[in-house]
Amino acid sequence: MGSNQTQHRRKLTLLCFLLLVAMAGLMVRLGYLMLCCSEHYSQMAEDLHERERTIKAARGRILDAKGVVIATNRTVCTISVIYNQVKEREQVIEVLCRELGLEEEGVRKKVEKRSSREIIRTNVDKETGDRIRDYHLAGVKVDEDYKRYYPFDSLASKVLGFTGGDNQGIIGLEVVYEDYLKGINGRILTTTDAAGVEVENTFEDRVEPIAGNDLHVSLDINIQQYAEQAAYETLEKKGARRVSVIVMNPQNGEILAMVNAPEFNLNDPFTLNTEVPAGISAKEKQELLNQMWRNPSINDTYEPGSTFKIITAAAGLEAGVVRLEDSFSCPGFRIVEDRKIRCHKIGGHGAETFLQGAMNSCNPVFIDVGQRLGVDLYYRYFEQFGLKKKTGIDLPGEAGTIMHKKENMGLVELATVSFGQSFQITPIQLITTAASIVNGGNRVTPHLGVSVSDREGTRIHRFSYPVGERILSEETSAAMRYVLEQVVAEGSGKRAALAGFRIGGKTATSEKLPRSLKKYISSFVGFAPADNPQVIALITIDEPQGIYYGGTIAAPVIADIFKNILPYLGIEEDKEESVVRESNQ
Amino acid sequence: MIFVTAFGLVMIYSASSYTAQLQHGDASYYMMRQLKISMSGLMMALVISKLDYHWYARFALLAYVFSYVLMIAVALMGHDSHGSRRWLSLGGITFQPTEFVKIVLIVLLAAVITQMGKKINSLRAVGMVAVLTLPIAGLVAANNLSSGIIIVGIAFFMLFVACEKKWPFFLCAAAGGVVVAIAGPLAYALEKIKLLKPYQLERIYVWLDPEAYPMDGGFQVLQGLYAIGSGGLVGKGLGESIQKMGFVPEAQNDYIFAIICEELGLFGAISVILIFLFLIYRFMLIAANAPDLFGALLVVGVMGHIAIQVILNIAVVTNTIPNTGITLPFISYGGTSVMFLMIEMGMVLSVSNQIRLEK
Repeated sequence: MGSNQTQHRRKLTLLCFLLLVAMAGLMVRLGYLMLCCSEHYSQMAEDLHERERTIKAARGRILDAKGVVIATNRTVCTISVIYNQVKEREQVIEVLCRELGLEEEGVRKKVEKRSSREIIRTNVDKETGDRIRDYHLAGVKVDEDYKRYYPFDSLASKVLGFTGGDNQGIIGLEVVYEDYLKGINGRILTTTDAAGVEVENTFEDRVEPIAGNDLHVSLDINIQQYAEQAAYETLEKKGARRVSVIVMNPQNGEILAMVNAPEFNLNDPFTLNTEVPAGISAKEKQELLNQMWRNPSINDTYEPGSTFKIITAAAGLEAGVVRLEDSFSCPGFRIVEDRKIRCHKIGGHGAETFLQGAMNSCNPVFIDVGQRLGVDLYYRYFEQFGLKKKTGIDLPGEAGTIMHKKENMGLVELATVSFGQSFQITPIQLITTAASIVNGGNRVTPHLGVSVSDREGTRIHRFSYPVGERILSEETSAAMRYVLEQVVAEGSGKRAALAGFRIGGKTATSEKLPRSLKKYISSFVGFAPADNPQVIALITIDEPQGIYYGGTIAAPVIADIFKNILPYLGIEEDKEESVVRESNQ
Repeated sequence: MIFVTAFGLVMIYSASSYTAQLQHGDASYYMMRQLKISMSGLMMALVISKLDYHWYARFALLAYVFSYVLMIAVALMGHDSHGSRRWLSLGGITFQPTEFVKIVLIVLLAAVITQMGKKINSLRAVGMVAVLTLPIAGLVAANNLSSGIIIVGIAFFMLFVACEKKWPFFLCAAAGGVVVAIAGPLAYALEKIKLLKPYQLERIYVWLDPEAYPMDGGFQVLQGLYAIGSGGLVGKGLGESIQKMGFVPEAQNDYIFAIICEELGLFGAISVILIFLFLIYRFMLIAANAPDLFGALLVVGVMGHIAIQVILNIAVVTNTIPNTGITLPFISYGGTSVMFLMIEMGMVLSVSNQIRLEK
């Protein structure tokens, strides 16, 4: 018996030891759950306990230069269900499916989900929301909030941008000025028990929403509309892929219009504005949408071509390596090192002065000017004019300049750059630099945002933009105005001439890469009045069909736009004076 | 004197559980009821502790037969609650006969094993114990799987201590471990051959990944985990649980431990486990010093009962094993459970009272 009892004790101790191990194991498990997973679970528990209902803040409006509202809000509804309060589950599912046009399966899943609040759908228009409210279904909540609304649908779509489901800006100005526009959402926060009944003595918070502020932009709806109309006409007539027009005040950089046809409908930004190829995947569709939302004036670069001769001429004049009356000769090509670089006029322009070369847009003349400057000096002016930097426009995603590295730039590269090839800049960069050259020589920052005011119209903030880093002397600027006025008056840009107005400008026809495709971008940059520029405009026509010369197809569009907007801007016709001055030359 | 300490500890422990009840009942209804039952249980425990434990061994066989009758009665005319038939109404008092079965089995097995003496090591004797245990366990398991498991577990513990061999027991335990490890696929296979009911298969899947089934079977488990997780190191403080407000089903019952975790944090939870460990340690001392084998086995049975319930309950709440309805001894709400646990304590104290002090 004695040995037996010892045996029992040993077994007993062993048993207790095993129990100890098991309990220790549980303690470890418990420690793991309570310390390592604590955050995870307590967060989930909190989500369950707290029922939060957001009161959306009204987003600030966007107003144009004349105070016309171009982006505002419309009241819409958010439909949600509260599980514990739903009584007639089947009826709720049936009504929601019918009124909202949703698939039953998805609605059922949400209605039957055991959560404190499940959102069925956001951005339901007010009428539908009111109808659903009229059913008086227990547990179905209809909360009103705001949806962005653009009264002009597609106007300046790629500039204004649109907002997403949470009223946050997605592209354009809506993104850049998000902080001013968005306001602060309010919320009602309650802690509830499992039945969705509010627990006493826990905090209930109600935070009132604060409406966003209004943004005033320099865009002028009348100019924008007119430019848009002209762009669409060109788009159709020339069968082009895209037509972009930028209209800017060259003195301060305010953008008056920015058209990128085809535009898209801001009130329906997720519908493609082109034929949708059948059976594309969601990913492909998203890719197409992204393309549609791009603002090519800012997000895309191109070879500027002959319009860039403005920069070469300005650099040459500023450096004093060339004067307007210097004579050149054009045999139709120029040989630089081992390369033969052609002029667009195969037979050559023959003997000509620099001014005539500019009017003819003669490549060899500008190659010579470039060579006279040399790589170092040319590159210095390129940087001095601000071409290496971004313009700093208040729109998202501005593309940078694609330029040769200085150390890789030989005479051949210099020659091609001199007439606007072998590097790329954005259209906004080109118009900004051209504006800075003709405005008296001060670099401007292109911009749209002017000021911010609260709902009552009290100005809260006025944006300021770095003005006037001098890039060019007043004299050179004046000479450039004269040269460019002659280009329009008698040179390659004569189709931009407008009776009664003094207009300066420069045409361009850039070959798209690869050159074998024979695709072109025709463009024209023009400003008026030529002696004191108040408005500058750039049109780029992407892949026009048929005749593609910038002087032939782009220049007249700018003339047409100017014809309408110059009187609107209060720029008087002064035929008399311009004739007198021309005769004086 | 030691026994008094153990007894006092149980008292304090019970008392602390009552304060816990206070927060878990809708009002003090649960607590008062539990208090009354516990007090009467305590009286019974005191009376029993004064009795010679050899005395009631005589009734073991009779009671065993009676427990069969009870179980069959429950199966036939039991009182439904929570979807399974576990309660029996006797003159206005409802109670769970399975608790009765547990205590009867402890006494009976202790008596039988003692009578067999050395013969217990033979296969026949083990078979004998199995014959006594398995039918009643099966009967219990028919409507309350977890209680069946506990009964088998108690028998297993008692045999383990009584028997000289130990490897067969380890083998059994190892086999059990393997089954748990491959539970998912195994359960699927069993369901395919119709051995397992679909709802049981679902429970096992829920156990493997409760977050994947937040609505259905995983609800209780997940809510329990939320409660445990919100506790952190020191908890939210007594009475501050939010999960008990209807989120955790059966908060005062099976899932009371989750609420303890939420309110008292890791410290509180580990303290509770330590108290149980201390209790088990006391049982071990009493069993080791018991005047005879019968007494020792009685204590082992009771210890096994409490230990298994504690381990399984905490394991369930922490989602270490699949969900089964097992209460936490002394703490969970449940009249029958507390009453019979008190009686068991009385038996253990009776054994300890008869230890000759000069030893």
